[in-house]
Parts: sequence; C-alpha cells; structure tokens
Amino acid sequence: MRYEMIIGLEVHVELSTKTKIFCSCSTEFGGAPNTHCCPVCTGLPGVLPVLNEKVVDYAIRVGIATNCEITQYNKFDRKNYFYPDLPKAYQVSQLYLPICRNGHVDIETENGEKSIGIHEIHMEEDAGKLIHDPHEDVTLCDYNRCGIPLLEIVSEPDFRSADEVIAYLQKLKSIFEYLEISDCKMQEGSMRCDVNLSVRPIGSDKFGTRTETKNLNSFKAIARAIAAEYERQIEAIEDGEEIIQETRRWDDNAGRGYAMRSKENANDYRYFPEPDLPPIEISDKWIERLKAEQPELAHEKRERYQKEYGLPEYDARMITEEKAMADFFEKAVSVCGKPKEVSNWIMGDIFRLLKEKSIEAKQMVLTPENLSKLIGLIDNGKINRNTAKKVLEAIFDENEDCGKYVKDNGLEMVNDEGAVESVIARVLENNPQSVSDYKNGKQKAFGYIVGQCMKELKGKANPATVNELLRKTLG
Amino acid sequence: MEILRLSALELGNKIKKHEIGVREAAQAVLDRIAETDKIYNAYITVFDDALDYADAIQKKIDAGELSSPLAGVPMAIKDNICVMNKKTTCGSKMLENFLPPYNATVVEKLNHAGAVILGKLNMDEFAMGSTCETSYFGAAKNPWDDSRVPGGSSGGSAAAVALNEAYYTLGSDTGGSIRQPCSYCGVTGLKPTYGAVSRYGLVAYASSLDQIGPIGKNAEDIAAVLDVITGKDDRDSTSVSFDSGKASASLTGDIKGLKIGIPREYFGNGLDGDVKESVLNAAKTLRSLGAEIEEFNLPMVDYYIPAYYIIAAAEAGSNLSRYDGIKYGYRSEKFTDLYDLYLESRSEGFGMEVKRRIMLGNFVLSSGYYDAYYKKALQIKALIKKAYDEAFLKYDMILGPTAPTTAPKLGESLSDPLKMYLTDIYTVSVNLTGLPGLVAPCGFGSNGMPIGVQFIGRHFEENRLLNAAYAFQQATDFHNRVKGAAE
Repeated sequence: MRYEMIIGLEVHVELSTKTKIFCSCSTEFGGAPNTHCCPVCTGLPGVLPVLNEKVVDYAIRVGIATNCEITQYNKFDRKNYFYPDLPKAYQVSQLYLPICRNGHVDIETENGEKSIGIHEIHMEEDAGKLIHDPHEDVTLCDYNRCGIPLLEIVSEPDFRSADEVIAYLQKLKSIFEYLEISDCKMQEGSMRCDVNLSVRPIGSDKFGTRTETKNLNSFKAIARAIAAEYERQIEAIEDGEEIIQETRRWDDNAGRGYAMRSKENANDYRYFPEPDLPPIEISDKWIERLKAEQPELAHEKRERYQKEYGLPEYDARMITEEKAMADFFEKAVSVCGKPKEVSNWIMGDIFRLLKEKSIEAKQMVLTPENLSKLIGLIDNGKINRNTAKKVLEAIFDENEDCGKYVKDNGLEMVNDEGAVESVIARVLENNPQSVSDYKNGKQKAFGYIVGQCMKELKGKANPATVNELLRKTLG
Repeated sequence: MEILRLSALELGNKIKKHEIGVREAAQAVLDRIAETDKIYNAYITVFDDALDYADAIQKKIDAGELSSPLAGVPMAIKDNICVMNKKTTCGSKMLENFLPPYNATVVEKLNHAGAVILGKLNMDEFAMGSTCETSYFGAAKNPWDDSRVPGGSSGGSAAAVALNEAYYTLGSDTGGSIRQPCSYCGVTGLKPTYGAVSRYGLVAYASSLDQIGPIGKNAEDIAAVLDVITGKDDRDSTSVSFDSGKASASLTGDIKGLKIGIPREYFGNGLDGDVKESVLNAAKTLRSLGAEIEEFNLPMVDYYIPAYYIIAAAEAGSNLSRYDGIKYGYRSEKFTDLYDLYLESRSEGFGMEVKRRIMLGNFVLSSGYYDAYYKKALQIKALIKKAYDEAFLKYDMILGPTAPTTAPKLGESLSDPLKMYLTDIYTVSVNLTGLPGLVAPCGFGSNGMPIGVQFIGRHFEENRLLNAAYAFQQATDFHNRVKGAAE
C-alpha cells in the first residue's frame, strides 16, 4: 500500500521588541543568567502584567501578511502547568479569542503554487531556560527568556511533504524578516517548530492518528525528523500496530525520535481568561494604520523587480531571498540607476564572495553606494570590467572606497593612445615571429599579441582600443 | 492613653500643629501593641525600625515637605500587601520568610503621604477564610471578646483599629474580607470599586475580585485614606482612571432625598434577629436624616455563594500555583524528584482551607468541568450584575446587613466549611459586580458584640457611601463606643 503524510505545524517565533511582553526588561539574547528579569517576569507574589502594545502591533502585521482575519476583541488566557522554567506556573497565552484567524500563506512547490491554511496566530509569553548540569547533578533556572513575546502560528494540516514544510517555514521566515519583527534563528531558538504528522493510505479521506514532534532546531533536522516519523508510522501500521497519539522528541544526532508522553498523560492546562489583563480592543483605525505602514514583502518585490527592472524571475527571487540584499539592491539602483548592472554584480561576484566567506547579506559591509561608484568607474572608462572585479574583491571586506583603491593602486585605464601605441611598437618589435605568423594568416597570433600588449599595460587599457590600434599598425 | 483615643485625622492635625510628635504617637501605639497584642494577635510583624521611620517623617513634616492630613499618623498593613524588605507572609507557612524586593503601589502612596507604617497584620492564610483562624501565625482574637473571632480575612486589620493598635489600617476584600471583620469588630471599612485602588503588590487571591481598602475609626478617617490610595496605576492594567473629586471634601452630612433600597431577600431566613433589628434601625435613622427608604426585590441572591466560590477558587488555584518550592518560599526537605518537590512543599506549606480552595479551583477548570462550573459561574456573575444595575436605576444606594450574625466563638466555624461559606452571603455579590461597599457600626447584639450595616453604591460612587456613613455617624455613637480591651 502507498501512504501519504499529513502534516500540520505549530511555529513559535520570538518577537524582537525591545522589552518583554509584560514588563520593561530587555529581550536581548545571551545576557548572563537572570540579569534580564524583574519581579514581574519572575512572577513574584503580588506583581501584575502590563501588555507591551508593540506585541499587538507585530501580531496584527503578521496577520495582515498572512491574510488572516484580525480578531478585534481578543483576550489573554492562562495556561496552567507546573514546570520550573515557568515561574508563575501558568503561561499567559490566548486560547479562546486569538488575535488572528483563518489566513493562508502561498508557497512554491514542484507542482506549482500551493496555499497553506493558517488556523490561528496567538500571542503568548516565553518560558525560561533550564540548564541541567550532569556533573553536579543539579538543574539551574535562567529566567532571562521568561516573558519574551512569542507568536504561535498554527497551520492547517495542509502539508504533504517535507519540502512543503521547509518552503512554508522559509516563507514565514521571510515574512518576519521583511516586517523586521524577528530574526527567526532556529539555532538560537527564536524560531521553533513542532510537527504534527499522521499518515494515511493514498486515496483515503480520513486522517490517521497524529504524533507531535518537538525539539527541531534546523530545517535539515525537520526534514530528517519528518522522513523518520513517516517511515516509523507506516512500519507500525504495516506491522498491525496502532499509532499512539503522543508527543515525541527528535534526537538529530541519533537520527531518531523518542516518545515523551502519550495523550493519557498529557497536561490538562485548565485554561481560563487572564483576570489581570483587560481584553484588547483593536479598532479599524489601528488595523488601517498598520496596513498603510506594511512594508513590501519578498514576493511583492520579486514581481516588481521583474516588471519594473526587467530582471529574470530567477535573479529577482535570489535577490529578494534576504531582505538585506533586496535593500542593498534597491539602494544601489537608486544611486546608479542601472538595475541590470547591479543585479549582475549581485548575482555574480557578490553572491560568490558571500558564499566564500560564508556570511549572510545582512553581515555584508560593502555599501550600495560603493558598488554604484564601482559601476560608475566602468561606465566612465576609468577601469575595465576585469579590474573592477579585482577591485570589488579587494574592497569587499572593509568597504574601502573603490575610487581611492583604484587610484592608490594605479589601476586607472591607460586611455592615452600615444602610450598604447608605444607599447604596441615595443611588443611588435619583441615578437617578430608572431607578427610574421599573423601576416601569414594565423589569427591566433593576433590574440597572442593583444595579450602581450595588455600584459605590458598591466591590464589597464581598454582591450577594444588595443585591438583597434593594433590592427591599424599591422595594416 | 488619651492620645490613642484620637481619630487618625485628629492625630494628624495635632502632629501638624506640633502638639504631638510623630515619635510620641508611634511610641504610644507600639506600647499599646506590646501590652495588648499578646492576647489579640492582630500583628504578625511589628517593624523594629518603626521609631526611626517616625523620626524621619517628623523631619519631613518640620521641613514642610508633607501636606497630607495623615502625615505622621501610625498605621499598619494587612500582611498580603508587599512592603519592601519586610516580611510579607500572607498568613502562610509558605511565605513565612518572604521579603518582597518592591513596594506595593498603595505602600508607595502611603510613604509619599508620610504615613508611619508600624507593621503587618494578621489574616486568614492567603486571605481565605472568614474568621482569621486559618492564619499560620495563630488566630487573631476579637477585641470585644477574646473568645470570639475578629472575622476575616482582614481580621488583624479590623482588630488593630478596634484595639487602638493602629489609627487606621489597610485590608483587602475579595468576598467580604474588609467588611465582615469591620462588622464583627465595630469599626468602619470600605471595599472600593474594583479598579479604584491599584492591586500592584497585593498578593493575589482572586484577581478579578480582590481590592485593597481602608479600615478606620470613622467615615472621615477612611475618606482621608481613600484620597491617598486611589488612582490609576500604570503597573495595574485593571486599575481605572476616574475623577469623583476628593472623598474628604464630599462629606457634607447632607443625605436629604438620597434614595436607599433595601432588598427583601437580605432579611429572610438565616439572618440573626439582633442583626436584623440593628440594620433596620439604621435605616430608620437614615430616614430621619432625610433619606428615602424603600424595600425592593433583588433577584439572584441564591446564586451568590456558588458563583463566588467557583470564580474565586478557580483564580486562586491558578494564582497560588507559583508557590512551588522552586524560587522562594517554603521548600520541603523530603523530596527525591521534581514531582515530589512540588507535592511535599505544597502539602506542607499550605493549610487546609487553602488546599481546599486550590483543589476546588482546579476541579472547576479541568477539562470536562469548565463549561459545567466555571462558565456557568461567569454567566451567573453577569446576571447578578444586571440585577444590581437595574436596582441602581431606582436607588442611589442599597442598604443591608454585612454578616448574618455577630462574631462567632473561636473554633466554631472551620469544622463546617460550607456553613462558613454561606455566611458570606451579604458581601460576595459586591465583589462579583465590582461595586463599592462600606460597613459602619450600627448596634450591638444581645451578646454585646458589634454589628455593622453595609452600604452598597454604584461604581466609583464611594464618596456617596462615605457621606451617608458620615451622616449616620454624626447622628449616632456606635462607632465611638469602646469595650473590652479597647477601653
């Protein structure tokens, strides 16, 4: 029998607000343990939460970008459970009236575009971190992460392959990046993904029993975990076993998942409305303002680059993959006015250099102004393209001014015809054999002579000029 | 001991005029506490630096930096309100040694007004109880009869005022916890409108019902305290900005034409005859002062207690989950794993009544019961509110008893918790609706124990309640009578 996989995702994204969701502590990653906390986020007796409105702004913006309905009267609820990383023993979240509902995100698949349904998006607070020290046999609590704002994006069970899952996650990552509201780093845990997976015989319209896999911290781990869980469930079914609804933990090093707890042992979270926070009422005006402020997203830029600048679809896609690169592109185009030229530089040398140095676009120090200047130097005949490539490579790390670099290293083209002619005369004189070969019809010899001239000129002459003058001299 | 008999405002005035020093006043009260509190146990903690603080306040008064009429007046605070670096126990073993690293907003406001805080007052554990007997630190006793309870949960707060162990106090009221002990101890107290006073720093019992309020010797004193502690607080999202003018300035004593409704349902079965008579006499007095009194029917009364105990317990179960032995508070010695640590710490750290409400609360919220209990209770709450809203279309104020009886004997109540819960019948609806409620002494039972009458007003109309109580106290002297230890 052949089976298909049915996957739904729960994605948690940490928002990059300056302060936490219910207090004014910093959200910065990596502080010394328990230095970014206060009586509120550590849940001391008597404290009360105060909502950071930026979190609501961000949630609405994601809702707009994912085509959701915005719940204009929404509330927080308490999710109660005991765990040492949760100092209040409840998480403030949204169960009954989440802020966004019924949206969708379009992804590219090998069979064309596919729409993935968004069931809901809700706001909540993150928990702290536990550090287990096996040597001392102790567990230490770090509450810095307590109260970092999170959005949980719950998809419909619309995925049928790991590729679709990855495409969706990349799309979400791009949306958050373009909205500038999260850095979505899976390794640092600012983007986390739980995979709900079940299988069913192809053709069946009934869902199988699903499992939820946690602890997935890279796209590769997600792909591996999906493949493994898919195989495991099919094998179990073929062996006549029943799939148990359970939460599983993926161990990427071992390449396998482990059952953590079954549904029978699942927590009863005893949700109820959070009495310390009044309901949030979102006015039409509030939504309209955010809609007006909504920045252009990757797919919108991609279409515009094709239409407005005539870039090939592939190039437009590559350039818009990271917002930092799209910003770089747009700035350079606005300075030099040559979209195709800028695109060519990015697609060729810049992507190559980024890859060689294994850095992301947002870490690049080269400025669009400097690249524009470099393009200008070619246009003005100050340097030729080959020199420009060398210059780019040399200035890439430090963003040294390209004009200054060209000058300091004497790379300007020799445009003085007299100087070129004297070099030609010298080369012809030193290569009588080649001259006679050429005159006897060997075209190859001409290329050799041009090469010798360029060498003498240290590559700083326009090859066309050299060609032309040489033909004239050789008659 | 004449100085102790002064009201808070009278003392404040003498301090202002330099007739009495702040230290002298504080010393007199500390002496009084040393003398009487061995018996009555109103205090859990008396601050050992209170006199230094009194000196500091005197300096500020001398420098003209304090203008509040309560500047320099010694007072005390219920032990569920955080005072920075002072033990805030909530009457529980769980928080026996808890030192809050911050002040409650009301404490900041009192400090700003120049109040001299002497210590922290006894209470039912985590404010759960109607007798002050569930305190881990032993029951407080009724100032009028030390074989009786002072009421609860703010029993220490009411008893301290009646005992002249503080000129005024702060309590908290979730289902009657200010008003009922005021009735039992013969003092005046107010549960303000929900949102009128910041809850920041009040250790939560039931967040949607809790409210801090003043207890004092008369309406004028608590009006002055209310003027200090009310106001929107950025740290409490449920606090409300409102402007009904200064409470103190609204005490005209004129209640002519005031429409007062008396719910027939509040005078039915279960109400002690003495209490009924005293409360109805109070109504007569108010009529003689020009108020219009009318009986009416107030629906939903039978549902007050179940709705209240479901909502309060649900919130309590969640609010008290944080006491898990991990971060602060009591941790059991005997555990082998995390589950045990939780189980043992909470089993040993909480008393019976608290555990009962935590279990009740978790039960009504658990999967399969939420709709049957918690959701129903919220619907009933809405209907109760509607019943009051309709009553307030006709009446400016509602008058009734505070508790069905006078203070019971120690040890009589805890054995039958359900019976104890039922005695909250006249107070809990005020919390469910968020309305303000004031209790003032209006008589004595045949056993010699005080009785308080309750005034219930519209949201944010505590000034009207205070003025009615002021008018009543101008015409009566129940609030000035002292007996037993208070003599």
